[in-house]
Amino acid sequence: MFDLLKFLRPSGTFSHGIHPAENKHFTAHLPIRRLPFAPELVLPLSQHFGAPSESLVHPGQEVVRGEPIAKANGFMSVPLHAPATGRIKRIELMPTAKGPRTPSILLEVYPGDSQEVRYDAPRDYTTMEPKAIVQAVQDTGLVGLGGAAFPTHVKLSPPQGHHVHTVLINGCECEPFLTTDHRVMLEYPEDLIRGTKILMKALGAERAIIGTEENKMDAVAAIQAHLPTDGPISVQAVPTKYPQGAEKMLAKALMGVEIPSGNFPSSVGLGVFNVASTAELGALFPHSRGVIERVVTVTGPGIEKPGNYLVPIGTPVGFILKQLGFTGTSNCLIMGGPMMGGSVASLAVPMTKGSGGLLVLTEQILEQQQRDAVSYPCISCAQCVAACPMHLNPSQLGKLAHKHRYEEMQGDFHLMDCFECGCCSYVCPSGIPLVQYFRIAKSSLREQAARERAAAS
Amino acid sequence: MSTTGHHVVLRTSPHLRETPTVDVIMRNVVYALLPIVAFSIYQFGISVLALVLVCVGTCIAVEHLVCRWSHRPTTVNDWSVTITGLLLALTLPPGFPLWMAMVASVAGVGLGKLFFGGLGYNVMNPALIGRAFAQAAFTAPMTTWVPILAPDRFTSFIPSTFTLPFLRPESIQPWLEVVAPDGFSGATPLALMKFEQVPTDSLQLLLGSTAGSAGETSALLILLCGAYLVYRRMMEVRVTISVLVVAALTTLVFYLIDGDKYPGPLFMLCSGGLMLGAVFMATDMVASPVTPLGVWIYGGLIGFITIIIRLFGGLSEGIMYAILLANACSPLISSLTQPRRYGAPKKKGAA
Repeated sequence: MFDLLKFLRPSGTFSHGIHPAENKHFTAHLPIRRLPFAPELVLPLSQHFGAPSESLVHPGQEVVRGEPIAKANGFMSVPLHAPATGRIKRIELMPTAKGPRTPSILLEVYPGDSQEVRYDAPRDYTTMEPKAIVQAVQDTGLVGLGGAAFPTHVKLSPPQGHHVHTVLINGCECEPFLTTDHRVMLEYPEDLIRGTKILMKALGAERAIIGTEENKMDAVAAIQAHLPTDGPISVQAVPTKYPQGAEKMLAKALMGVEIPSGNFPSSVGLGVFNVASTAELGALFPHSRGVIERVVTVTGPGIEKPGNYLVPIGTPVGFILKQLGFTGTSNCLIMGGPMMGGSVASLAVPMTKGSGGLLVLTEQILEQQQRDAVSYPCISCAQCVAACPMHLNPSQLGKLAHKHRYEEMQGDFHLMDCFECGCCSYVCPSGIPLVQYFRIAKSSLREQAARERAAAS
Repeated sequence: MSTTGHHVVLRTSPHLRETPTVDVIMRNVVYALLPIVAFSIYQFGISVLALVLVCVGTCIAVEHLVCRWSHRPTTVNDWSVTITGLLLALTLPPGFPLWMAMVASVAGVGLGKLFFGGLGYNVMNPALIGRAFAQAAFTAPMTTWVPILAPDRFTSFIPSTFTLPFLRPESIQPWLEVVAPDGFSGATPLALMKFEQVPTDSLQLLLGSTAGSAGETSALLILLCGAYLVYRRMMEVRVTISVLVVAALTTLVFYLIDGDKYPGPLFMLCSGGLMLGAVFMATDMVASPVTPLGVWIYGGLIGFITIIIRLFGGLSEGIMYAILLANACSPLISSLTQPRRYGAPKKKGAA
């Protein structure tokens, strides 16, 4: 009877979602390789969600690869480490992928510097208290490498009254084109498992599930080879569907639970961490090192040598394009994946901790621009309603957004539950920029709330 | 990109869209309707061809001219008005006077669609508005049926086709005596059933060898054409399923109560315009609800009302008014059946 119920309930995935062309074949089979240092690295002080880091260096100062160069400004912040040995040139406003220029440290790399990290202070998590682990994780400067760049140690300190019993390691990588997480799982399974154990210890969790999609079964096998079958850590593959990699969708797929609206995963006893972040933690933690490089999938038809590269944080995208052969016909660079990534305005924009992909599209963009140029009224086809993983009503939201009725969108149609996955815009046959409308509506509402708070205080 | 001298393209995500656009969907609906039109021309001859051309032509012309007069770019290239024209023609009797078809087209596209703001804003299905207008204005020609497979159908028109504007069509009785010397009852299977309790063989209905409106004769062909759209994921199949299922169940209830007086489900499903309505008109995206539950309710409502009108109303056919009524209800249905969002708090008490 119990099994029958389980059979009837759609499990192993979430409902709705879309199946965009995966396009992972460009890079999925290519091992992770290193890129050389760029002559100059640009290190924004705000690469993460939360308060910007505070600089510890001054122009002209020499720094060693791995040395902290900025400290955390409060709990909701992380430090920054020098990705290369060199001299601090200056600290000034520089363009970033997000758009506005932000204060950044410019590091002039000494030519001929080796990529070895000399910074090392052995540390053993098995003998450490959970509190000490959280502090140590903050010191690594680790943030969610999946794109949100949310400080990892904050997730390790759930609110009072929340107990995390299960850690979910998110290796879905549902964005088309990107293969970063895939390669990390294949190549660094031991780091990944160590990182998982550190997270479990810090949270006091009893078990952990490494979740990935069915298009990465080789990664499942690679991890399973390092795991005892009856241990607290298991690997599970769920059906390939976008946006399976959203933590709410993963919680639904792996555990069958929904994270209540407006709450952290810890409210239902879950902690969700990106697989690349976890592997990075497992690699850095025993040596007390900080995040100085990350794996980036550089891909797309506009790149001559697509692949998965270990890129020092702060490497300008222009340098990467020059190294990997830019075919020169493209005029659209996307930082991240095609579904949620942003297009980059300048070649000086650096790769930051949250950027897992660099996508160079050629003809496809022209095609998309032609599609962008034509739009029709909403024909109520309900494709967006059938696609929205949050089960919202994008059709209605879109009509309201068109009339600037933002408060109604928030109050009656739960706009704030939208996490901007873009499924609605993807499927819309009328070409209505739905998710784009919602972003504007959300930021307008946030600004208004901030104004009201300021007026009240 | 600055290295190449091109303009940098800045876009917001999602950067790739691969699903069909409105014009592609609408064009495919037109493709799906063409076999039905062809079959109808085969059955009724060049009069239907003329009827289709006049309806489609008038509909396109009205939309184009209204767009021009209101200084908007023309919207005829989204193909939706072509569908309206085809559907309207298919719901009219084969020998319907062409000038009346023009009036119905103007009413359908003008009042039913453009009056509300064009594609996406119409409350009801424009083709059915046109047909409802014709039904009210030209009652007699709307119920004048002709036999199928008339011997001279490809060489001469049905006499009523070329009625002069603003004149009543002359009687087709002399023509009928020539083309159907064995006698033609002049009634559709539904009317025969309703008013004379004469049943028609279901196989005939399925294959379409009966009298009726231009495009409502072969249920099987309509289902096949609908299947193409479902295969291309361009049709809301849930509406069709719920219309047919609820219509069949409602019929079954009455059939079980009194099998002599009421017809069986298969007859009901295959006769009249139910199949064409369920597959091509109830599924009109614009006028149907967007919520998953709402779609089922909407379809069920159409199926139920159709059968009630057919069995107890003054008319022999009910699909048109059923769809128009459900169209009017669809905003209400949509707002009452908002989907339960992910992570919504549990309902408190009975609220």
